[in-house]
Amino acid sequence: MLTVLLDGLAAGMLLFVLAVGLSVTLGLMNFVNLAHGAFGMLGGYVCAAMLNRAGLPFLLCVAAAALASAAAGVVLERLLYRRLYGRDHLDQVLFSIGLVFVAGAAADWVFGARQQLIALPAWLSGRVEVGPASIGAYRLFLIAACGLIVLALHVGLVRTRFGARLRAAVDDAVVARGLGIPVPRLFALTFALGSGLAGLGGALGVEVLGLDPTFPLKYMVYFLIVVAVGGANTVLGPFLAAVLLGVVDVAGKYWVPELGAFAIYTAMVALLLLRPQGLLARAAER
Amino acid sequence: MTARPWLRPALEAAFWAAALGAYFAFPDLLPLLSQVAIAALFVLSLDLLVGFAGVLTLGQAAFFGLGAYAAGILAQQGWGEPLSGLVLAAVLAGALGVLTAPLVLRGGDLPALMVTLGLGLMLGEAANKLPGITGGADGLLGVEVWPVLGLFRFDLYGRTAFLYSLAVLFALFLLARLVVSSPFGLALRGVRGNARRMPALGTPVRARLVAVYGMAAAYAGVAGALLAQTTQFVSLDALSFGRSAEGLLMLVLGGLGSLYGALVGAAVFTVAHHLLSELSPLFWQFWIGAALMAVALAGKGGVLGLFAAALRRAS
Repeated sequence: MLTVLLDGLAAGMLLFVLAVGLSVTLGLMNFVNLAHGAFGMLGGYVCAAMLNRAGLPFLLCVAAAALASAAAGVVLERLLYRRLYGRDHLDQVLFSIGLVFVAGAAADWVFGARQQLIALPAWLSGRVEVGPASIGAYRLFLIAACGLIVLALHVGLVRTRFGARLRAAVDDAVVARGLGIPVPRLFALTFALGSGLAGLGGALGVEVLGLDPTFPLKYMVYFLIVVAVGGANTVLGPFLAAVLLGVVDVAGKYWVPELGAFAIYTAMVALLLLRPQGLLARAAER
Repeated sequence: MTARPWLRPALEAAFWAAALGAYFAFPDLLPLLSQVAIAALFVLSLDLLVGFAGVLTLGQAAFFGLGAYAAGILAQQGWGEPLSGLVLAAVLAGALGVLTAPLVLRGGDLPALMVTLGLGLMLGEAANKLPGITGGADGLLGVEVWPVLGLFRFDLYGRTAFLYSLAVLFALFLLARLVVSSPFGLALRGVRGNARRMPALGTPVRARLVAVYGMAAAYAGVAGALLAQTTQFVSLDALSFGRSAEGLLMLVLGGLGSLYGALVGAAVFTVAHHLLSELSPLFWQFWIGAALMAVALAGKGGVLGLFAAALRRAS
């Protein structure tokens, strides 16, 4: 019971790191980016390739994965995404689905369609006894690492000047621009940060969530749920949503495997209907 | 447009004559041509919803798949009469559409996108987890369809399949053309233009949108039923997210908000798919993604938009 809970917590925290960037893209920029998972996939592949082919230390690979995804985010934002801000949602949907297809085909071409496996370093394998429950050392590491990221994001958003500007831009982009806040540059920076975090999550998640060319499509729904349920203006909202989702998902797979992903899709639709506030209400107002 | 009033009917007649002529011109490609007709009907349903009413959806495959499984299971259980299969598919898919419409039409693009996506995935997963009814991942086998009208037997070369699909497409196309030029269709365009002002003109926005959502669902259901009957097989692919996304691409490729655009987009896409995926499926996935991105960046209008622009320049 406790093991399931802790596994769910680890998966949920991973989901949060993966999805938090999307909550900014969707919430702040009102951009329907279905390709957010592609950045996570990129991070995962960078990490797996460096670890398996070059044999570099795990933490270095993870950091490189985050940087690679952030760089890809900057390039794509400047070159392509920027042109679609303020356009029809249909255009954004088509564009990002196209990006998912291209990314999937590219990953398949380079790495093949099979699941990527990574060998964890010795200090992260094995199990640890936590009170009455036993949990994988890697899961514990995930909870700690993602917990630190959540804390850093929260402090960054609440305490720093960057965070204050970002919150202002989320609340009212027009007025924020009027106050001299460089909203477009803020967008670009935040987009890069979000993509980088997605890459980090993808790298950390190879062991837990798996990694193959269908990754962006498979987890797209999960990211959307996190954002839809959590809202955009806080770190805590998406965090709670992600943890809840992780626990429900793991528990569902553990106790009622015959339901499969059906439970999570049902939960998504139900939550969207019961709690359309948060991000959705904000986006609908515009 | 008004300069040559004969031009439009002439082009329309030429279009359908060409569609029928394909039967004689490409006797070896009839199964592919049936696919084109079915895809065209599916895209027509998306056009009614996205192009005319401005409702975004990522889950139209749910209705396509429901229609396919409904017609397939009916035929599998021993009633292979094709036309009643179409009617059943239309009724079931339309009913599901009307039932889910209030969930989808809660205001705003994002909720509509997410709810349709969620519902589509739910239905796909349900079909996957109920192999007793749908055959699960193996697909629905043992579908036996009787001759159309008791006269035309489905043959190995797909002659009946193509003419049957084309006839259904033509009939439903005429109906759609009637609908979009009716006051109802005009109201839909008004809603797409400005949903807040339409109530001031006395248009019940919600009722109109629910109606068109149901109608589009029924169209998609018939398209699915056609696929099930002409191929005598239904797979989980009928419900896949990829089908919804491809439908949107065909629609945008042909041109949003034009009925002929839906047909042209479906034809171009399906033929391109046939040619390219023979080279390599990966290649196809890559280029389809690149095409989506290019179309999105370039804006709407599609193939038919280019054609219309050329025509305007010429006249």
